[in-house]
Amino acid sequence: MSSLFRSEEMCLVQLFFQTESAHNCISELGHLGLVQFKDLNPSATAFQRRFVKEVKKCEEMERILSKKVFSTFEKLEQELREINRNHATLRQNLIELMDIDSLLRMTEDFFEEVLEINFSFFSFNFIILPPSEDSVFVAGVIKQERFPAFEKVLWRLFHGNFVLRHAEIQATEELQARGAVKKDVFIIFVQGDHVREKIRKVCEGFRASLYSCPKTLYERKQMSNSVMTQMEDLRMILRRTEEYRAGVLTRAAEHVQEWGSKVKKMKAIYYTLNLCNIDITQKLIVAEIWCPVSDLAVVQNALIKGSEQSGSSVTPVLNRIQTQQTPPTFNRTNTFTEGFQAIIDAYGVGTYQEINPAPCTIVTFPFLFAVMFGDCGHGLVMTLFAVWVISQAESLRKWKNEVTDVVIGGRYIILLMGMFSIYTGLIYNDCFSKSFNIFGSSWCVRPMFHPHGPWQNETLHEYHHLQLNPSVPGVYSGDPYVFGIDPVWNIASNKLSFLNSFKMKMSVILGVSHMLFGVTLSLVNFVHFRKFQDIFLQFVPQLIFMLSLFGYLIFLILYKWCITLRSETAPSILLLFINMMLFDYQSEHVLLYGGQKGLQIFLVLTAVLMVPVLLLVKPFLIYRTRMKTRHQVSRAEKDNVICFLLQVSMGDIFVYQAIHTVEFCLGCISNTASYLRLWALSLAHAELSEVLWRMVLQVGLKISSGMGSLMLVVLFAAFAVLTVTILLVMEGLSAFLHALRLHWVEFQNKFYEGSGYKFTPLSFDSLLKTQQ
Amino acid sequence: MAATTFVIAMSVMTLLWGLIGGVIPWFIPKGPNRGVIVTMLVLTAVCCYLFWLIAILSQLNPLFGPVLSNDTIWYLYYHWQ
Repeated sequence: MSSLFRSEEMCLVQLFFQTESAHNCISELGHLGLVQFKDLNPSATAFQRRFVKEVKKCEEMERILSKKVFSTFEKLEQELREINRNHATLRQNLIELMDIDSLLRMTEDFFEEVLEINFSFFSFNFIILPPSEDSVFVAGVIKQERFPAFEKVLWRLFHGNFVLRHAEIQATEELQARGAVKKDVFIIFVQGDHVREKIRKVCEGFRASLYSCPKTLYERKQMSNSVMTQMEDLRMILRRTEEYRAGVLTRAAEHVQEWGSKVKKMKAIYYTLNLCNIDITQKLIVAEIWCPVSDLAVVQNALIKGSEQSGSSVTPVLNRIQTQQTPPTFNRTNTFTEGFQAIIDAYGVGTYQEINPAPCTIVTFPFLFAVMFGDCGHGLVMTLFAVWVISQAESLRKWKNEVTDVVIGGRYIILLMGMFSIYTGLIYNDCFSKSFNIFGSSWCVRPMFHPHGPWQNETLHEYHHLQLNPSVPGVYSGDPYVFGIDPVWNIASNKLSFLNSFKMKMSVILGVSHMLFGVTLSLVNFVHFRKFQDIFLQFVPQLIFMLSLFGYLIFLILYKWCITLRSETAPSILLLFINMMLFDYQSEHVLLYGGQKGLQIFLVLTAVLMVPVLLLVKPFLIYRTRMKTRHQVSRAEKDNVICFLLQVSMGDIFVYQAIHTVEFCLGCISNTASYLRLWALSLAHAELSEVLWRMVLQVGLKISSGMGSLMLVVLFAAFAVLTVTILLVMEGLSAFLHALRLHWVEFQNKFYEGSGYKFTPLSFDSLLKTQQ
Repeated sequence: MAATTFVIAMSVMTLLWGLIGGVIPWFIPKGPNRGVIVTMLVLTAVCCYLFWLIAILSQLNPLFGPVLSNDTIWYLYYHWQ
C-alpha cells in the first residue's frame, strides 16, 4: 500500500542484546535512522538512570574536547607565534641582504666618480684630496624620507668638505611583498680618519644601517656573490616555513571536526541506553523500539552486523509484541514531498494510520494559491525564481539564515505555485495587468451601429461611455472566448461588475467542491478503521446535508449560466437561495425553471431532517448497547465501578455529538462564505497590478519629450522593484497564508483528527545536521 | 452541422484533461512514487478542467455587455473585424 496516503504501520519490538555489543548495535541502528526507542524507565529521573555516569562522561568529554581543542589551540598558537617570529627575523635578514646587494651595485658608480673627482682635483688644484689612503668612505642605507635632514646635518658638520652621493633602491616586487619601505643607498667620502666616529654617531642618530664595503673591485664582486647565495638560501627557508605553517593549521582543523562528531554520537548512544532496561543478570539489555513493519528485516540485519563488530557470539533477539498503545505516526517522504508534509504537520501530526492529506495538498494547495494570485507574468517570475533556488539549493544552504532555510525548504512548493499561477493567469487573461487576445474576442462593436443597432455616429460624440448590448444580434458572437476571460473586459470600464460576479461564483463552486472532497476522505477513514456504523450515522447525513443545500446552490449557478435569460427579469442567485431557506415564495418572484418551488422545499426539508439524525441517532445507539451490556454484567456480577464509569461518559458522548453536529452544520455555511477569500484576494492582486501599470509604467511610456527614454529606464526600475516587493513577496505571502488557512480549517475539519505524535527515530545524520 | 467554436473548445479541453487525468495514470510505471504521481495527475486534471469550465460557462450567456469609452469604440470599429 502506498505509504504517503496514510502513515506507515508500526510495530512494537523488544530487543535483547548483550551488554558488550550494546554500543555497536545502537551505533548501527543510529546510522540506519529507522527506529525510535521507547522510554522504559519513564518514572526514573535523569540522575537515577543506569548509564547516567556514561552520559556524564560524554558531556565531560565534550567539555574536555572543547578544552582539549582549547589546549591544542594554545599549543598551536605558541607554535605559530614561534614560526611567525622566525619568519619575521628571516625576512628582516633578507631585506638587509637585499640592501647590501643594491648598495654594492650602486657603489661601483660612485667609486668611479670619486676617482674622477680626485683626479680632476689633483689636476686642477695639485692639493686637497690625495687619492685612496687618506680619504675615508662610509656606505650605508637610510630611509628615503630621512635623507634630506641627514644631508643637512652632514653639511653643518663638515662645512661642505665631503662628497655625498645617494641613489634610490629600486623597489622590486619582492621587496614590496615583504613590506619594506623606500630606502636610499648613500656613500660619503671624507678626509681624515678621526671623522669616522662622528659619521657613525650621525648615522646612528638617523637609524641608517652602515655596511662595510671593501675597497677593491675584486673584493666587492666576491661580497656581491656571497650575498646573492645567502639571499637564495633565505628565500627558500622562508617558503618552507610558510608551507609548514599552512600544513599544521589544516591538519588541526580536520581533527577537531572528527572528534566533535564522534563525541556527539557517543552521547546519543548513551542517552539511548538510558532508555533501556538492564536484565537481572546484568548481561542483557532490553530495549523497546517502534519500527515500521516493512523495515523489520533491515533492522535485524543492522543488529547482526553490530553484534558481529563487537565480537559477541550471541545475535540480538527481536521479539515483536502486541500492544494497545498508539504508535507514532511515520510518513515516508522524499525531497519533493517533505515540504508539503511539513506544512500539514505544522497544524497537527496525523493520528496513527488516518488518511494523510499531504498527497492531495501537493496539488490543491498550489492551485488555491494560484486562484488568489492569478497573474501569468508574476507566475512566470515565481517559477523562474523557484527553478533557480532548486538548482542552487546546496550552495544556498551555507548561508544558514532562517529566511533562506524556509525558502529552500519550500522550493518545490514555490515551483508548483508558480506553475499553477501561470495557468490561472492565462485563464484570468491577466499578465502584468494586460490581456492577451489570441483567439479573437467574441464581442463586436460594429453591429451596435446603424442599421443593425441603436447607435449613430453622433452617439459617439454625445456620450463618453457606451454599453454594448448582447441582445442586439451580432454584438455577442454566441461563442465565448475559448480559453479564459474575453480580452474585451480588460478595456471595459465595467470590468469589475462582470469579474466580481464571475469570481464570487467561482469561489463558491471551488469551495463546495473542496469541502465535498474533504467529506469523502472521511469515508476512506471510516472504511479503514472498520467503523461501518459511522458511515451511515455520520458520513451519509453529512453528505446529504451538504449536497441538498450547497450542491443545489452550485446547480443553480451552473443552470443560470447555461440558459438564456432576459437581463431585466433574471433572478439573483443570492435572493433565490435566501428565499429558499425562508420558504418565501411570493408570486412576483421570478423562478428559474418549472417545479423549482417543489424541489427546493423538498431539499430544505431533507437537510433539516439530517440534523437530528446527526445529533441523536449515534448517541442513542451507544446508549442502547451500553444498556444491553450492563444488563448482562449485572446478571453475572455487580460491578459498581464499571456502571459508574459508563454512566459518566454517556453525557460526554451527547455533548461531543452535539458539538460535532453544530460545528458541521453551521460550519458548512461559514466555511462556504470563507472561500470567498479566493475572490477577494484575486481582486486585490489584479487591482494592485493595474495601479502599478497605470501610475508607474504607463506614465513612463506616455512621455513624448526627448528625455523620455531616460525617464522610462528609471520608471521601469521602480516598476520592477515595486512588482517584486509588493506583488510577488507581499501578495505571495498573503495568498500563501490564506490558502494554508483554507486547507487547515475549512478542508481538514471535515475529516482530519491530527492528534498523533511524530515518529522521531535515532538518526545520526539528522543529529549532526541540526547541531551543525 | 458546422461545429461552433464553443463545441470544438469544449471537446478539445474535455479530451485533453480527460487524457491527463484518466489515461496517463495507467501508464505510470510501478514504483514507490506511483501513488503520489497518479494522485497529482488526477487532481491537476480535475482542478484545471473545472477552472477552465467555470470561466467558459460564465461567458456563455452574458446578461450585460462591456461599457467602453468612445475612443475605444472608435478604435475597435476599425480594428476588430
